[in-house]
Amino acid sequence: MLKRYPTLKYILSRAVWYFITFLAAVTINFFLPRLGTSNPVDIIMARVGAGLDTEAAKEKEESYLKEFGLVEVDKSGSIIRDASGKPVRTSKLKQFINYISMSMRGDLGTSFLNYPKKVTEIISDALPWTLALQIPTIIFGWIIGNVLGALAAYRRGIFDKVLFPAALLSSAIPFFAFGMILVFLFGIVWPIFPAIGGYAGDIIPSFSWKFFSSALYHYVLPFLSIFLISAGGQAIGMRSMSIYELGTDYIKYAKWLGMKENKILFYMFRNAMLPQLTGLALTLGTMVGGALITEMIFSYPGLGMAVLTAIQGNDYPLIQGCTLLITICVLIANFTVDILIGFLDPRVKAGLGGK
Amino acid sequence: MNLLKTPAFIIGIGLFLVTIFIALFFPMIFDINTNLRVGGPYMPPSGKHIFGTDHMGIDMLSLLVKGLRSSLYVGFLAGIIATITGTFLGVYAGFKGGVVDDIINMVTNLFIVIPQFVVLILVSSSMEEGRSLSLIALLIGLTTWTWSARAVRAQASSLKSRDHISLAKVNGAGTFKIVSMHILPYLLSYVFMVFIMQTASGILSEAAISMIGLGPFDTVSLGTILNQAMRNEALTDGAWWAFIPAMVLVTIIAFALYVINTSMEGVFNPRLRK
Repeated sequence: MLKRYPTLKYILSRAVWYFITFLAAVTINFFLPRLGTSNPVDIIMARVGAGLDTEAAKEKEESYLKEFGLVEVDKSGSIIRDASGKPVRTSKLKQFINYISMSMRGDLGTSFLNYPKKVTEIISDALPWTLALQIPTIIFGWIIGNVLGALAAYRRGIFDKVLFPAALLSSAIPFFAFGMILVFLFGIVWPIFPAIGGYAGDIIPSFSWKFFSSALYHYVLPFLSIFLISAGGQAIGMRSMSIYELGTDYIKYAKWLGMKENKILFYMFRNAMLPQLTGLALTLGTMVGGALITEMIFSYPGLGMAVLTAIQGNDYPLIQGCTLLITICVLIANFTVDILIGFLDPRVKAGLGGK
Repeated sequence: MNLLKTPAFIIGIGLFLVTIFIALFFPMIFDINTNLRVGGPYMPPSGKHIFGTDHMGIDMLSLLVKGLRSSLYVGFLAGIIATITGTFLGVYAGFKGGVVDDIINMVTNLFIVIPQFVVLILVSSSMEEGRSLSLIALLIGLTTWTWSARAVRAQASSLKSRDHISLAKVNGAGTFKIVSMHILPYLLSYVFMVFIMQTASGILSEAAISMIGLGPFDTVSLGTILNQAMRNEALTDGAWWAFIPAMVLVTIIAFALYVINTSMEGVFNPRLRK
């Protein structure tokens, strides 16, 4: 029955694939931090337990162990002990099952740094900022970069000679370096934009004009620093894609027919765009990573900043919560791109499976 | 050879050789000391210390040269690991096809979709005490091999149906022999280009991971210089010498490698020729 709807079949098969990837991501997210010999409680105890006497330190350690789900707990919530009085450790497998069932219920644990704040609370405060910064920069960067890349390939000459090296240089500048330069130039040396933060410090986030204008003002530098670099990267890809398309017979034929330049450019763009869209899906993970570091430089109140503070304070539940959410966001973004390809790629409609 | 007549290639390789040259030979003529305090914090560039000092009063030039050495080392090591892993898996998948191809493809796609940044954070944050430069290079290599695998796979599967491969098969050559004698030689220029890009991404990844404070504990790298500058308010103090030179170095290396790659692409890929 699905044979009659190849697009739907394609989307469903992609959905299944992403679900499998999601499961793998959750597994990786659980096991990677537990690879090392040091367990989070030891690291925290080394920091917290320094000034405490043995009895108090032991009590503290056990409360952390309980918080982390590292020891067996009976129904009333007290720690189960073995014959020598030591707490019974939970096996990795059981920890994993607990972790999954908790994550499914939307419980990512409690933050250490901001005890007793829930990780989900911190993340839901940070997520809107990250989405507001990243979605427009990635979309606009992709569109503008592709248009410029196609133009550079088509016009060649001076346009290409200036634009191409500039794009190459801009894509070689790491996101974070460019962010730091922007902060330094336009935030400190010539302070026309605020250097850090997502909004002015004396404003409480609310649905008011004052807050929005402040947020917009703070948005300029982080936006530019991600946008310019991702546009540069896209332009390079589109340029070589377009040069390839320009050498094909249909373009030559269109030129011989005397078609208008703009129309030829449009046809070329449409054909070169698909691989670029696939390319976007492949680089999304890297782009999001880079953009998160940009957030750290601008102390932008998004997920990147949350990860940074979590790393600095060994806040394991928060690190894991953030990485899980970042992965989920990247997966959703990729899935969206794949669905778009499903609608745009004629090969998918013909039931050939695209790609 | 066309390559040596391409101005872009000459510029790229020239820039890159200069950085390698500095990293290798500069310590011989100049006393590199990254532990000695030679002056006050954030001293501006002067005749004696041409790049000034950092927040601890350590000579910035020494830090930069040492950082450059570490970054190049990480880049090459990560590049080698990623290229070997990617090429091996890519060629194998492309040549074998069928179920093997499907499985390798799936793993590759999985690694592409899950952000490398996330994996690096998770692993490095769990290794609080043992994060050496080589370990970081290993981690980067093991998370970035995906696009070599993809790129090489596509090339290998297009070679698969060539006549000389069929002949080798008829003659009873094993998979290993066919891959190493009859497929890899065709891909060498391609693999080399992949290696260049992997090295560039290795250097950038190290800088990024060190930037957020998950860098090596045992040495100075260009990323840790940037991290220290950011942590110790070089930006607000206007101490541009504490981060701009390191940034320029990272960018120059990556730019040089990109230029080498694109100019090689222009020569080896006839479609891109004018």
